[in-house]
Amino acid sequence: MQRLHCAHCGPRALEEWVHGEIFDLPDRLVDADNRDIDRAYMHNNTAGLIEEAWFHLYGCRRWQTFRRDTTTDLFV
Amino acid sequence: MNEFTETKVQLNFATQKKSYDVVVIGGGGHGLSTAYHLAARHDITNVAVIERGYVGGGNTGRNTTVIRANYGIPEAVRFYQRSMEMYEELEAETDRWMMHNPKGLLWLCHTEAGVRREQARASVNQAFGTETVWIDPAEVKRLAPQVDLDPGGRGEMPVLGGSYHVRGATARHDRVVWALAEGAMLRGVDIIQHTEVRGLLRCGSRVTGVRTDAGDIAAGTVVCAVGGDVTSIADMADVRLPIRTHPLQAFVTNTYEQGFHPIVASGDMGFYLSQTARGEILAGQHIDPQPSFNRRSGIGFLSELSHRAMLLLPFLANLRILRQWTGSCDMSPDYSPIMGATGVDGFVITTGWGTWGFKAIPIGGHTLAEFIATGVAPALMAPFSLDRFERDRTLADRGSSGTH
Repeated sequence: MQRLHCAHCGPRALEEWVHGEIFDLPDRLVDADNRDIDRAYMHNNTAGLIEEAWFHLYGCRRWQTFRRDTTTDLFV
Repeated sequence: MNEFTETKVQLNFATQKKSYDVVVIGGGGHGLSTAYHLAARHDITNVAVIERGYVGGGNTGRNTTVIRANYGIPEAVRFYQRSMEMYEELEAETDRWMMHNPKGLLWLCHTEAGVRREQARASVNQAFGTETVWIDPAEVKRLAPQVDLDPGGRGEMPVLGGSYHVRGATARHDRVVWALAEGAMLRGVDIIQHTEVRGLLRCGSRVTGVRTDAGDIAAGTVVCAVGGDVTSIADMADVRLPIRTHPLQAFVTNTYEQGFHPIVASGDMGFYLSQTARGEILAGQHIDPQPSFNRRSGIGFLSELSHRAMLLLPFLANLRILRQWTGSCDMSPDYSPIMGATGVDGFVITTGWGTWGFKAIPIGGHTLAEFIATGVAPALMAPFSLDRFERDRTLADRGSSGTH
């Protein structure tokens, strides 16, 4: 079973958590005119390390930031 | 056509030449269907399909094979209705058996919101040309006697009725892939397996070919029909996509001898299942919430889905899970596909097939081939263009994916 290490509760099963936002700001805007469309719809869809928020719903009910490799699902 | 009359499928794979009119990246359902229709309908046969693994071995080999057209918006109903009709004709057209099996699809609801949603679906479907009717619980019981109308026995999730999509069907995914590959090969298309596209050849911003691990290939048009890794190919062409890749998990059980005819889905309970030709019960649920390229299956999915499925269909308690697997779904923000021009000359895309790609294989390839051959997007395909996001013409249809 995969566990996420909560800063308040210790290691807890992934089923206790709700996935939130990926901090995925557009890093190669095609042009300045398209910036708002980019931010509204486009994604880097990174295969590799990303930074994202998880909510510890069945625990301390706090948002925390984690780094995950999307090719292995391992948290680092 | 059936198993007794069929002869062996003739697949003769090629090695790459220096140049083609069209190079398709990805030998899955949509890539092969595009190549097949280019050759069969438009006489464009100087075509190559480049596949990293083996044909149909990516996400086409991981899907749950449901064919239906009961979508919630006019553009999608028309598009998938035509695809469903093409599936019905495809066995005769290719002279290959695809185990196409019309079953009917029951979409159940357990809440008042669900009732309103499914009644609206039936109305939209009838208005735009596909056969879906609202049915009451007695009719549900007649069509699928195994359904427990009071799942859990405490009146918490009563089956209040459902929409019945009369022409819903399943087909064997491998056979669809093999028939399209064979049909394309017979007309002169080169299908090249175990060859990976590592880069795109560019001339200015224009895409002029692909770089594979076996050398460069020049191409008049490059079609990206990749599932799961579409962003890495689009990045090579500097095309930004509104795609996130999520895993979707599924399982099959051992044989259920009594037979289970219709496809049954429940939006409120969040899963769908059908019986395969081997008698296995094939079940899938919503996509995993976090984007990932990982294809491992989890115990969390198994316990969650089997618990809910057994509430609705108690006979499942006597079956055992044989195997489970995971596919990668390229999800678009509005849950509709993205097809056609990318803004980069010579580079055409078909993506955003999320969890609804298999049912669209015939029409997806048919319309994209017409676009490549004529330069004009056919009416069925035009609404699904990539530029709909900047034009504020998104096609939101999340409730019809069945996997949200």
